[in-house]
Amino acid sequence: MKRARAEILSSRQVGAYRSITLVAPEIAERARPGQFLAVAMPEGREFILRRHVWIHQASRRGGWAGTLEFVVDPASGAGTGWLARARAHEFLDVIGPLGSPFSYPKRPVNCLLVAEGRGAAPLTFLAQELVARHKRVDMILGADSLETVFKPIDAKRLAQTVVVMTRDGSMGDRGGVVDPLPDALERTGAEVLYAAARPATLEAIARFCAAHRVPAQVAIEERLGCGFGLCNTCVVPVAHRDGTGLEHVRACVDGPVFNPALVRWDRWLGAPAAARDETPVGSATPSRGAR
Amino acid sequence: MSPARTLAVDVGGVVLPTPVIVAAGCAGTGRELGGLVDLRKVGAVVSRTITVDERTGASPPRIAESSSGIVWDTGLQNPGLAAFAATELTRLARGGVRVIVSIGGASLEGYVRLSSALQGRPEVAAIEIYLAGPDVELRRAVLGAHPDRVNEIVGAVARMSLVPVFAKIPGGSDDVVELARAAVRAGATGVTLLGSPPALGVDAARARAGRGVVHGWLSGPALKPITLRALYDVASELPGIPLIASGGVRTGEDAVACMLAGAWAVQVGTAMLVDPSSPVTIARGILRYLERHGLRSTDELRGRIVSPLPRRDDAGSIAG
Repeated sequence: MKRARAEILSSRQVGAYRSITLVAPEIAERARPGQFLAVAMPEGREFILRRHVWIHQASRRGGWAGTLEFVVDPASGAGTGWLARARAHEFLDVIGPLGSPFSYPKRPVNCLLVAEGRGAAPLTFLAQELVARHKRVDMILGADSLETVFKPIDAKRLAQTVVVMTRDGSMGDRGGVVDPLPDALERTGAEVLYAAARPATLEAIARFCAAHRVPAQVAIEERLGCGFGLCNTCVVPVAHRDGTGLEHVRACVDGPVFNPALVRWDRWLGAPAAARDETPVGSATPSRGAR
Repeated sequence: MSPARTLAVDVGGVVLPTPVIVAAGCAGTGRELGGLVDLRKVGAVVSRTITVDERTGASPPRIAESSSGIVWDTGLQNPGLAAFAATELTRLARGGVRVIVSIGGASLEGYVRLSSALQGRPEVAAIEIYLAGPDVELRRAVLGAHPDRVNEIVGAVARMSLVPVFAKIPGGSDDVVELARAAVRAGATGVTLLGSPPALGVDAARARAGRGVVHGWLSGPALKPITLRALYDVASELPGIPLIASGGVRTGEDAVACMLAGAWAVQVGTAMLVDPSSPVTIARGILRYLERHGLRSTDELRGRIVSPLPRRDDAGSIAG
């Protein structure tokens, strides 16, 4: 992990997201899929904590060597809103790469990648690394609507097949990323599943994987305080090592990639599943009478 | 030859190379800070608060941002005394880092067990007594909110301790001066002012879905004026007692303000989460201030607010 004062090379709009490329050779050199950056906020604002963003791309070779790309969802709050407005040639104080990355299968197995919203940022990076290791990759990409489906063209370039799901049906099929799982698993012969999605979706994926005995790795997005293990506030409850009860481990250093079978989803998400869905109002069940 | 200028300070027998200390719960477990800050350039680190038995801690969510601050609650997650003493303490102290251990007992017996097990260890430079937790013996919500109980607990720890003992006065207390006086009378070397006050973080967008509510404690820059007032009041009433500022220190100027109000050293907590090298930056800021004003050490800063304020006895009428 390194701290750098990194120049923004470019900031581009990608659907509803902002994709920012930084010059940060020491971080790019080490970055792996599933890892993230902690970006400092400007002085003199009332929000003080760093913002944590998925690493989407890290170029070690070629014309872009030493650059890093990350994705900002401006809708997720004041700090990320500020970040989305940052422009080329401004400098950011970043710490990274942070977190334990996805691990790659050693055998030549088929991999099914399931991404929701900005979760596609780390999974496209993962897809690229898996393809480079001669694994077959199939993807399910989902979001609330067309604008929040992240880079479907990149997914199509990397994966054998891509299924796109939107909650409002504005792109691909209507529904969530969990809906096409049974079919996709059978069709692709995948032996490993990777996912990055909102917590309630990951819980459903965890249940699916347990029922179908598919080993999986999921990247969890939890609100982080520091991002490098100091504050102990981003904890996820997991089954205790000795098999009794649970322990709290930090999403930032022990995760964000977890084995979903070890996560105590019931203890993490707390509230009943129905009340917990954080889908923006109106996108899950569009009102037909409205138009 | 110019007079030697130093940041070193003797805080009640604990000699620190700089007066900047990493606050309890913000120094990690000895593994996290490598590459982000050179801990040998930090005055000292306070461990997370250690309890007799292991604690799983509070259920998530544990953090919410607020204006110039954070509301957090770890529920004192820690591995317990035995595991801490076996591994984490040694790791924190690696490379000669001065470690102050924060202890949270919940009962008189708990504090006695913690301090007797830790005070003989060579890695322990001092003990900080956490007093903001519940009192299981007397069934009170905040153990350290009562001067008689502070006297009893601090007295028991101080009597047996071979290292200096600092009592951390809970934030949000009714009478900070009275609690500090009770701690000092009981034998505390000094007091840390203050713990985080109780707070509730509510994310309105998610709270109705059962997420985004944090029942915990407020930290961060928002606290600085509260810290300054506590330092000023306690320094006025208990002159000569080592005071350690805790709450809202982010910059060198903040640290200098705390010293002017009476602090001997400052702790840095929330600032660590944003800028892990801040203890070094803050120390540099203090040194620059000393240089600019031709001062040789922070001893010459301490308690130098020339105040037009009424004495505490007269303040009742304007306290509102």
